[in-house]
Amino acid sequence: MLSFFGNSLILISILTSALIVIKSILVLNNKASLISININNLITLQTTIIVVSFLTLVSAFIISDFSLITVYQNSHTLKPLIYKIAGSWGNHEGSLLMWIALMSLFSFLFFIKKNRYKREYYLFTLIVQTSLILLFLIFLVFSSNPFLKILPEPMEGLGLNPILQDPALAIHPPLLYIGFVGSSIYFSAAIGALMSNIDGADFAKSIKNWIKITWFFQTIGILAGSIWAYYELGWGGFWFWDPVENASLLPWFCMTALLHSVIVLEKKKQLFSWVLVLCLMTFCLTIAGTFLVRSGVLNSVHTFANDPQRGLFILIILSLTLITSFGVYFLKNKEENYNNSGINRETFIITNNWFMMFYLITVFLGTVYPIFTEVISDIKVSVGPPFYNTVIIPFVVIFLLFMGIGPNSKWGGKFINLKMFFLVLLASVAINIILIYFFDTKSILFNLIFISSLFLIFYTIIDLMKSIRSKFLFKTSRICSHLGFGLLVLFIGLNENFSKEFDINLKPGETKKIDNYEIIFENLNFYKKSNYNVVAGNFTVMNNKSNDLKKFKPEIRIYKNPETLTFEASIKTNLLSDKYLTMSNIQSSEYYNIKFQEKPLMIWIWISVILMSLGGITRFYRSENRL
Amino acid sequence: MRMRYVIISAIVIFILIIFAISLNRDSTYSTEKLIGKKIENFNSKDFYTKEIKDSKILKTKDFSLINYWASWCAPCRVEHSELMQLSKKENLNIIGINFKDKKNEAEQFLNELGNPYDHLLIDQDGRFSINLGVYGIPESILINKELKILKKFVGPLDSKRVIEITEVIQ
Repeated sequence: MLSFFGNSLILISILTSALIVIKSILVLNNKASLISININNLITLQTTIIVVSFLTLVSAFIISDFSLITVYQNSHTLKPLIYKIAGSWGNHEGSLLMWIALMSLFSFLFFIKKNRYKREYYLFTLIVQTSLILLFLIFLVFSSNPFLKILPEPMEGLGLNPILQDPALAIHPPLLYIGFVGSSIYFSAAIGALMSNIDGADFAKSIKNWIKITWFFQTIGILAGSIWAYYELGWGGFWFWDPVENASLLPWFCMTALLHSVIVLEKKKQLFSWVLVLCLMTFCLTIAGTFLVRSGVLNSVHTFANDPQRGLFILIILSLTLITSFGVYFLKNKEENYNNSGINRETFIITNNWFMMFYLITVFLGTVYPIFTEVISDIKVSVGPPFYNTVIIPFVVIFLLFMGIGPNSKWGGKFINLKMFFLVLLASVAINIILIYFFDTKSILFNLIFISSLFLIFYTIIDLMKSIRSKFLFKTSRICSHLGFGLLVLFIGLNENFSKEFDINLKPGETKKIDNYEIIFENLNFYKKSNYNVVAGNFTVMNNKSNDLKKFKPEIRIYKNPETLTFEASIKTNLLSDKYLTMSNIQSSEYYNIKFQEKPLMIWIWISVILMSLGGITRFYRSENRL
Repeated sequence: MRMRYVIISAIVIFILIIFAISLNRDSTYSTEKLIGKKIENFNSKDFYTKEIKDSKILKTKDFSLINYWASWCAPCRVEHSELMQLSKKENLNIIGINFKDKKNEAEQFLNELGNPYDHLLIDQDGRFSINLGVYGIPESILINKELKILKKFVGPLDSKRVIEITEVIQ
């Protein structure tokens, strides 16, 4: 029943989408009278149908309708409701349908707004956007239909990978997808702009808010993924430079560059071509990322169902979007004379873009390099964190300094006052010297990171004070994001540098003293849960310095089908630090391996990212012309 | 200007072609290709003395088992008791290669669980291991005196694999 309903909806949405494209082309050629339906009504219809079909899938998951293969393979009656719902996008088919639903929602929101710009611009944008939706719908029908039936209907589903049953991970894909898919709207708009010769500043105005919204969701989507990795994977880390993580980072770099250069376009009517390239690149990178993750060409901790045929489809979509979009760009783009002399705001924004492109290329190379060596010379390599850390971190130091001074320079004007620059730098260095004196921090790189992030934080705070004093509504957006980023780097640096890790073997009843801690392994509990068995340890950790007592209950979970072990960390969070305890069994021994970590300021890393992302949704109050 | 477009297009098409080829390759790692081949250019630093050791150390006994391990790797703990057992075999030379590890943590690991290795080497950045197709650990490679690879085990050694090794060396 649901299968038939879902399939019909998909079919109708394909027809509606095709109709929108045809109608738009007719309107462009002044033959609108041939089809007498209002375009806006068609868009509303298309979006409604696609959203309803997605909701149909969600309800199939909620009522556990195992007649659908997708539901059978990814759900179970015993699963809590929230994971049943999350299960609908926790698999390839469902997530693709969500992708399309979001794409048409974005399309609806973009086009339904009363338009002030050229009609051709909107129509071309609509044609591109709807063609993209159509392309993905065809992909869905031919290789990833979530409404396929299974006969006879099974009584029970296969369940969802236990490691994916986590609240942070339930919201991670939708958030990330809003960012990913949202970028399609400015991809389409960029082609629309090229085809219709719209004025650069108008183009900037029409897409600016969309860039900010997608950037916001992309940022918190990546954050949710990191939080999940920290709590669930049991290593105590939150970023692993895993290919899948990198895939989400690539469009993010592009969006961040775009977020900055679009301001130059809006204010100075410059960088039009570059903004167009970034718009096109963001969405192409999104699809390229999807290809890398879903086709199975890369091995990673994120095990999504891989299928080469599916990979081929995504590769075709990628090639089509790349070739048509850049083809249009090469043919239609007009040479622009870029004239900017002296060091001013524009220079700094371009500097930001250079840095973003540098990070982008580094991460892209690191991610695809193993594929290249394998195809070309049959050599397997893995590019790990050391590569990214050595290449990226030194540049972050310089980047932070630029981030501090950039916003304090004037549009088309002169460089900021040098006195302030040296004062802030001096203050940061002074604080660093105090830190070295008390904590003996020897790593040069860490100290540089510390100084430069403080520099950015101080500069942004001065900025904040200035805007408050000047009685103009201040630029919340930029201040939020820059302050957030400064704090983020600072806290990551401190966390990396002051984290402590103790690795010991204990058996129940034993106590061991290490550093300031006394770790007591009280006892073990064994119990059964609906689909797994638990070995839970009871630990008491005494801090001899502060006489603080904390109880930890790490678990080893033994899942039945398929038989997998997962190690659940026990984490105690407070504002100063996280204490993180995991235990694992040692074969043929009564001892357990205990990993106890003290990770300072962990929660502030999350808070900094939230602060940073808020910059994307706070309104941009204009006062810059007067500053 | 035209030239720039051509170059960019060429790069993009090149990347797409590589992606297309990679689709048809099996990305799950196969170790079979290595079996029967000879180990060449073996050299690595000694864990304690930092001296460079070459393939001579692989020829001291009839067979050698090269075992990759690290203190941070949980399955390595699991297989360690099997290694301790194997270290009692007289004609088997066990060579440990400490992989991307910190020295003090590795020492602590061996102090706790025992040291089964006749020779202990290090590969701190994992560069040498790549040549032997090792990218995840634990992995163990069984070779004979002529440096020919007889068996390769990806993942921890267990009692079944120990029997396999014992059968080969007897």
